[in-house]
Amino acid sequence: MRPKKTVLLTLLVNGQRHEVAAPQHHTLCEVLRDKLRLTGTKQGCDKGDCGACTVLVGGQAVLSCLTLACAVDGPVTTIEGLGGRGTLDPVQDAFDKCGALQCGFCQPGMMISARGLLDENPTPTIDEIRNALSGNLCRCTGYTKILEAVLLAAAHGNDVDQSYNDMRRDRVAVSAFPDVPPGGGLLIIGQGKSQ
Amino acid sequence: MLRMDPFLTETPTSVDEAVALLAAHQAAGRSTKVIAGGTDVVPNLKHGLFDPEVIVHIGRVPGLKGVVDDGGHLLIGALTTLHDLSVHPLVQQHASGLARAASLVAGPQLRRMGTLGGNLALDTRCLFYNQTYFWREALGFCLKKDGSLCHVVAGGKKCVAAASNDTATMLLCLDAEVVLQAPTGRRTMKLEDFYVANGIKNTVLEAVDLLVQVRVPKAASRRFEGYAKLRHRNAIDYPLLSVGLRVDVDGGVVSAMRCVVSALQARPHKLPCDAWIGRAFEHRQERQDVVDGLKQLAFAKCVPVKNLADDVVWRREMVRVLVQRAFDEAIGEAS
Ligand SMILES: Cc1cc2nc3c(=O)[nH]c(=O)nc-3n(C[C@H](O)[C@H](O)[C@H](O)COP(=O)(O)OP(=O)(O)OC[C@H]3O[C@@H](n4cnc5c(N)ncnc54)[C@H](O)[C@@H]3O)c2cc1C
Ligand code: SF4
Ligand code: FES
Ligand code: FES
Repeated sequence: MRPKKTVLLTLLVNGQRHEVAAPQHHTLCEVLRDKLRLTGTKQGCDKGDCGACTVLVGGQAVLSCLTLACAVDGPVTTIEGLGGRGTLDPVQDAFDKCGALQCGFCQPGMMISARGLLDENPTPTIDEIRNALSGNLCRCTGYTKILEAVLLAAAHGNDVDQSYNDMRRDRVAVSAFPDVPPGGGLLIIGQGKSQ
Repeated sequence: MLRMDPFLTETPTSVDEAVALLAAHQAAGRSTKVIAGGTDVVPNLKHGLFDPEVIVHIGRVPGLKGVVDDGGHLLIGALTTLHDLSVHPLVQQHASGLARAASLVAGPQLRRMGTLGGNLALDTRCLFYNQTYFWREALGFCLKKDGSLCHVVAGGKKCVAAASNDTATMLLCLDAEVVLQAPTGRRTMKLEDFYVANGIKNTVLEAVDLLVQVRVPKAASRRFEGYAKLRHRNAIDYPLLSVGLRVDVDGGVVSAMRCVVSALQARPHKLPCDAWIGRAFEHRQERQDVVDGLKQLAFAKCVPVKNLADDVVWRREMVRVLVQRAFDEAIGEAS
């Protein structure tokens, strides 16, 4: 029988201190989901390919399925920690308004990667958004709405309502495809009456 | 869920402590594995490819992160993450091909976790090896792990799994050296001597060694460097082929040239380039003549084997294309 040791870990998750007993060979994903019951963090491939398990550790988007829980240095933010009680993080708000999801499995990881990006770079270009989300696989949406949502969250300094209202008032489509000038922002295409 | 078998974890807080722990566990007959970012070790543990009793997590060892210019070299700490490497101003200025290679490893989360040391010591990869225990067992395992046959080379007695680390390809072009710490002291060696042609373990690292630093000599004259990588999804995948190129130019002629092709077999393949020393390299046609010759040489010398999930004929044809891309990248960078 292999030696196995359970240790008491102190983790700061979503601003709350948790003391949790876990075997030394357990990953952060296992501890978050199985011990802390924070099941918003998804476990997909479990080997680094899909990004569903993405969390922020010390503000950086990392994969919880490849992180040993006992090696975590720094505060952890999971999807449950975005926004507050009854309020949404601008990223969540924008994903909701844009309909940037279908089955929803990739969403926690997507939104965490987006939050990690916007904290570091509040006005990303479309290429920077694509790059920052390139480790998160979505099998449903085709990504367009997701990119739009991050653009929306980034515009107006995270004032999503303002951006969304602009979008509706002008009856325009935001497009994630044409090149957005450096510094980001919404690129408006076609002010068609048919919208 | 892919569960790992239990192991004990040690978390040293100095290089000396890390190597002493490795030596003590080894002496007591316990198998050990160093873990830095864990992005290679953890999937391999989950697939039952590694089965250490003790994991030595070096992420908390201070002083192993960052890039320093000592005048003649860039000194890069082994724990520097690939993300930090790719955006570091000193690396972008003095080793742009390395910054690019690091930026093309895996996906963004993995580049924030993965370290340069871990990349250089990356396990070799093979279609018949990087699979779950269940999958490998169904095939009767293979020479590299748990079995006695190679599924790539029929009757082969040697593992030819592919070196798949992007930064190694480029660092070999830059004549980098690695600094290793053992319980008996430190040694510095050429990166070229660090790799061996054995897919089961393609480096000279001993179980008690720690890779602590990478030394990259700075260019003495005008330098062009480029890196090109073939992969399925540019967002995340390992290389199916990679090409690093460096051309130093002095007085309008080539003064040094290196080209390394990797993801072929266990040892990155360094092409003999000395024949181009002294060749004119100023004008467009002169440069294209050099790369055309190099493409021919690379195609003749580099023959991929069926160790990755792709058509070998296509991978071979792409050798020429990738040499051209690395060259275009190099010229674009410098002009
Ligand atoms: C989905 C996916 C895609 C990937 N794509 C790529 C890719 O395209 N290109 C690529 O190059 N890599 C890729 N990787 C592999 C990996 O992310 C990188 O190679 C990374 O740099 C490994 O570094 P690490 O710190 O995580 O290594 P670890 O997993 O911690 O260690 C890797 C190996 O190095 C040894 N080691 C680590 N540090 C030291 C040290 N200081 N001294 C001695 N030994 C040490 C370990 O014992 C282990 O054998 C990918 C991984 C995944 C999961
Ligand atoms: S090259 Fe052969 S021995 Fe090596 S991992 Fe692949 S199948 Fe196994
Ligand atoms: S579950 Fe972690 S990357 Fe897929
Ligand atoms: S919405 Fe289904 S995977 Fe993205």
